[in-house]
Amino acid sequence: MISRLSLENLSVRRGGRLLFEGLALSLAAGEACALTGRNGAGKTSLLRTIAGLVTTEAGTITFGDADADAARATGLHLIGHLDGLKPGRTAREELDFWSRWTGGTEASTRQATQRLELSTLLDLEVRRLSAGQRRRLALARLIAAPRRLWLLDEPLSPLDGVWRERFGAVMAEHLATGGLIVAAVHDPLPIPAKALEIGA
Amino acid sequence: MSRAGALLAREVALAWGKGGGPLVALGFYAGTATLLPLATGPEPARLAAIATGMAWVALALAALLSLERLFERDYEDGALDLIVLSPQPLELTCAIKCLGQWIATGAPLALAAPVAAIALGAKPQLAPLILSCALIGGLAFAFTGGIGAALSLGARRGGLLTAVIVLPLFVPPVIFGGAALDAFANGLPWHAGLALLSAYAAAAVALGPLAMAAACRNALS
Repeated sequence: MISRLSLENLSVRRGGRLLFEGLALSLAAGEACALTGRNGAGKTSLLRTIAGLVTTEAGTITFGDADADAARATGLHLIGHLDGLKPGRTAREELDFWSRWTGGTEASTRQATQRLELSTLLDLEVRRLSAGQRRRLALARLIAAPRRLWLLDEPLSPLDGVWRERFGAVMAEHLATGGLIVAAVHDPLPIPAKALEIGA
Repeated sequence: MSRAGALLAREVALAWGKGGGPLVALGFYAGTATLLPLATGPEPARLAAIATGMAWVALALAALLSLERLFERDYEDGALDLIVLSPQPLELTCAIKCLGQWIATGAPLALAAPVAAIALGAKPQLAPLILSCALIGGLAFAFTGGIGAALSLGARRGGLLTAVIVLPLFVPPVIFGGAALDAFANGLPWHAGLALLSAYAAAAVALGPLAMAAACRNALS
């Protein structure tokens, strides 16, 4: 169980270029962090580094008392701007697969469908969905399989005003139950969050 | 359904899905098998002598065709990130992807192999052995092919690169399978070829996923 996320003196190099160095962040259960920075500053790379997909140049990432490998395998969700959805498959097939893959149950998948109002979209092919609908389908994974740490890459950008507000409520609920959120954003998050600017 | 089962169902569905999959591979196989005799001349005696060999090489080439998308489609749309972030070892995940590839395209191609060989003039008694060789060889093609597909992740024209990486790995199964078929057709002992082919397939199934997982991690980082 992830109770805390700490980044200490973190440096990441991508393609021979040092993206950032000496980055520090400490997030306790129930806290969120809004990650800002110019395009290309390394927000996505930082999220993928926390997820363990990108190797660090220097510094440490710890998840409280939890073992890092176990925490990454079962304790975090990564919702990137690439959403991993296959255009030729139906929304239902994709949601069911990702729910099973991340350890969700049928009941939790149903709950996710209701919460993000996907029931009318489930029989459509993913290619027929709008950008906002696709994002809601991707975000449904967060509810379909409860995990403590959410790493969100521009979660709000394709959503309309109504859904930004509703997803704000989903995030607030997650924090209230002891979750942690790190979100890369350009617009302010609709929840109270620590600010971390990369490349300032 | 378990995590592994869900992944296998997804992989088979994706390989079968739009954009051809097995139908394209079968069409390519039929095309190659028709093209080869046009170059060698139409005499039945000569054709019959090389029919099984041609069917076997065409099968290897057709297996190559559908490999390109095995990892690439998940890499391009970000699904590979999410597939890696799982309690299921990446090696097992890679093995399941290759198994899905074999079920969706290897098995249909294996069913077509005896038909193609007999159409080219091979003796009908060869059909069961051709089918066995194609099924076992298909497993070797899928699991060695996966290595090439994973290694060429992120490269432009990844399909061609995959072919260049994988063709040398296809040499042993082509030799072993061809030897078994040739020996059977000439009434010689053929078990050794089939045993070597099976051994190669077993080694590919055991070792291929290790290489694929390492290549995937490297492509993502």
